[in-house]
Amino acid sequence: MTVLNFIVLLPILNAIAIACGAPARKSALLSAWTQLALTIVAMVGYRGGFAYGSTWAVAPEWGLNLTFGVDGLALVMLLLTAIVTVAAVWVTPKIEKRENLFYACVLLISGGAAGAFASVDMFFFYAFHELALIPTFLLIGIWGQGERQVAAWKITIYLAVGSMILLVGLAKLYLAFPEGARTFDMIEMTKARHLIPAAEQGGIYIWLLVGFGVLISLFPFHSWAAPAYAAAPTPAAMLHAGVLKKFGLYGLIRIAVPMLPEGAKVWMNLLLVLLVANILYIGLVTIAQKKLDWMLGYSSVMHMGYIFLGIAAGNAIGITGASLLMLGHGLSIAALFAMCGYLRQTSPSLAFTSLGGIAKKAPFLGYAFGMAAFASIGLPGFANFASEAMVFFGAFKAGPAATLDFSSIQIATVCGLWGVVISAVYMLRAYRQIFQGEPQANVATFKDPACSVKWSVILLLAALMVGGLWPKSMLNFIQPSVEALIGK
Amino acid sequence: MQQIIPAITLEIAVLILGLLMLFAEAFSKTADRSHMARYAIAVLLALIGFSFFTTPPPANPAPGSMWDFYAVDATAMFFKRIALATTAIVLVMALEYRSVLSKFIPGTEEGRGTGEFYSLPVFICAGLMFMASAVDFILIFVALELVTIGFYVLVAYMRKHAQSLEAGVKYLILGALSTGFLVYGITWIFGLSGHTHLDKVRATLVAGFAAGGPLVGNEHALLFGIMLVLIALGFKIAAAPFQLWVPDVYQGAPTPVTAFLSVGSKAAGFIVLVRVLEVFLAVPAVRGKVIAVLVLLAILTLLYGNLTAMPQDNLKRLFAYSSIAHAGYLLIACAALSADPFGAKEAISFYLAGYLVMTLLSFLVLITVARQSRGDDIRHFAGLGKRNPFLAFAMTVAIASLAGIPLTAGFLGKFLVFKSAVAAGQYALIAVGILGVGAGFYYYIKVIAAMYWDEPTDKTEITVGPLTRLFVGGLVALVFVLGIWPAPILNQLSERPISAVAHK
Repeated sequence: MTVLNFIVLLPILNAIAIACGAPARKSALLSAWTQLALTIVAMVGYRGGFAYGSTWAVAPEWGLNLTFGVDGLALVMLLLTAIVTVAAVWVTPKIEKRENLFYACVLLISGGAAGAFASVDMFFFYAFHELALIPTFLLIGIWGQGERQVAAWKITIYLAVGSMILLVGLAKLYLAFPEGARTFDMIEMTKARHLIPAAEQGGIYIWLLVGFGVLISLFPFHSWAAPAYAAAPTPAAMLHAGVLKKFGLYGLIRIAVPMLPEGAKVWMNLLLVLLVANILYIGLVTIAQKKLDWMLGYSSVMHMGYIFLGIAAGNAIGITGASLLMLGHGLSIAALFAMCGYLRQTSPSLAFTSLGGIAKKAPFLGYAFGMAAFASIGLPGFANFASEAMVFFGAFKAGPAATLDFSSIQIATVCGLWGVVISAVYMLRAYRQIFQGEPQANVATFKDPACSVKWSVILLLAALMVGGLWPKSMLNFIQPSVEALIGK
Repeated sequence: MQQIIPAITLEIAVLILGLLMLFAEAFSKTADRSHMARYAIAVLLALIGFSFFTTPPPANPAPGSMWDFYAVDATAMFFKRIALATTAIVLVMALEYRSVLSKFIPGTEEGRGTGEFYSLPVFICAGLMFMASAVDFILIFVALELVTIGFYVLVAYMRKHAQSLEAGVKYLILGALSTGFLVYGITWIFGLSGHTHLDKVRATLVAGFAAGGPLVGNEHALLFGIMLVLIALGFKIAAAPFQLWVPDVYQGAPTPVTAFLSVGSKAAGFIVLVRVLEVFLAVPAVRGKVIAVLVLLAILTLLYGNLTAMPQDNLKRLFAYSSIAHAGYLLIACAALSADPFGAKEAISFYLAGYLVMTLLSFLVLITVARQSRGDDIRHFAGLGKRNPFLAFAMTVAIASLAGIPLTAGFLGKFLVFKSAVAAGQYALIAVGILGVGAGFYYYIKVIAAMYWDEPTDKTEITVGPLTRLFVGGLVALVFVLGIWPAPILNQLSERPISAVAHK
């Protein structure tokens, strides 16, 4: 048993214990903090390559084993999981009905994400992610708000079908290796990638792109995201938008980018069109939103476009930037949803027109929301800035140098840059309408949140600033892994 | 491992057990027959243990001996164990169900007249076990009839319940019709090949239809025979468009019988289907057409099963339609049988094993809850998460597995099916299969939504007896074990046959 096994097992075992009647909130908090502590221990002790390996034979004749192991990239994702889990559990207000089931579901989502990021085996990488499906359904359906049941059905069926498409893609990838070389071990597969016939790569890539794309809310498969996040209880929205959605991106970086470079070329232009639609079209949709929770939901869909751009670039700097942006986006959207959840508890409506002047009543919230919004836009000082800059440089560099004709990815980069402006428009407008001006009548009794909410937001913002002011701390983990992955 | 018991002993033991139970029913003085079922469960479970010590068949069996129609290989032993386990669990259900049952059968005392309800499943079990070993059309037919006739009685067992009688009549008429198709189809194949033993049929047909062979020009006759056999088996496995009997029979029959039908009868149908397809697909002259028919059957079955399951609000009926859908997934693997023989067979066997576990689990919970909520509509499950968290969790696991969520047996089965379809390049089937999974998530999760989202209409707690609790817990564990650690099952399937099938 390595420290990594504990990171994965802890939330799952705790969820079972809570479901069986352990004190819910206390155990969940304890589990989340321990998970964070163990993750930091694992990062401190990390010395490069794939570490903390452990394996159990499941079906050796297929090359299928329950194998855990992490490289720097996976460790950063585990860190994201742990931080957001702590914050999500911490901000949770008093749960009136069936508290134990609630916390068990939250921890299962966290455990599923941790298991996926810690898996070296492709089969279990996929399987752990699906562990979150039913808990998400229950969380939204029981403790959600608004049209929660519709949203719960929609997200569950959407993601289930997306996962099935992904499964076919993974099966195709597995079978593309010649018999005898077939394995589910992603390290071995990456090493043996030259065995995948170039002609078959396109056919595999598109299944993976659509399958992962549904899970990431790539345009036009994005319509589940905003309603689900608006309806979900705060911790579920934080974990899903912040962590679980990164599973698809992580999968593309871990599987599609290194193993199917030829396939990526075939579908490059399609991907560019879709990701520009993610940035510009969804960006405009975001501007049109009139309620905070829906706006945040759409903004999280929109920001996926940047990460796709980094992945499309396919070079070390682009993918490193995309990886760092996964961390930055996860932290910033979690912070925004945490504060949005607090606003929802205290205010009758989240419509911009019914809020106003909250900063005067709740100065902490004003500062913190402002910082999270700046981070989300991509202002310097936060991890998002460093990473978006890398993504844009990487994507621009991916085109041919020293010609005056822009290639398609360079055009996409130019279009994508406008997304920063769009983000600024909707985020700043929301900030002005909610926090500035004279306090409206219905926020007259508004107060700053309790300590638990404050400190969990501070935790998220602090992590964002560490990533932004000292990006090397994270890049030291990400960069060597990405370079090893794409073979440079 | 010491191999001391001839495999046929298992079937004989099961038959003797059934006969003893009949005697006990006739001569026992007490009205309560539940002890019979308990003994039978113990014996059946013990036989599963004994099945690991069976002797291999002789290397060169004498012509005219039993080995002409009876084979013992890894797959056969695997399905024998499945039959034994299924029957044991069905008897557990029957015990749970006995208070409902005695309301609908003549007799004044509680438990009077339930003896046959426990002994008939044992005879059916013997039929299933014979079928697992049958390599001759005659034995296939006889074993299938032993199974089917047992079911005729069981389906109509609740003699004072109109729905049960209706179900019995429907099942009898359509069952008899399909038997007719089967015999007629066998006749045509016998007429062409002059044999009933599957390996001999295959050898004769392959040689006969080779270029210049004596049978060239008779492709249509063979196809006619094959289609008749496929139609008959289509009835047994409930493939569309031969599925019309399923919903009424499943809803009307006593619930343990429904469970047995959806597992035992389906498994039997697929064992036979795989065995005969191996013969038919070996003949190049008809291979393409047989595959086309299988693809068509699979597409129709998947669409029909999944789409009609969506609006159901009676849980038994929902499971009936969903069992049609599962036949569709299995047919996907059947269609891949010639392109990926090993993978597809593995997928079918594993899918059936997983299907057995999750279906029996869901029915065991269904019976327990339905008895105490006095109804088996989905609304009777409302708020089960509060009334009995253990049963609600067990049902959630069963549903998750039926829907195909990873780390459960059902997911791994679906994965294997899709894998073999990818290997065979059957993308139309994959597309329909994905649609089916999406629809499946809707109707399966409806049950989870009822159990956890809704408030209970009836707040009384639901109690679970010790035997039922034991089996529910065991099946829940098994769903996860099969989903996470399938190696034991796969080893059983891929280990070398105990000996080559006779007359290779």
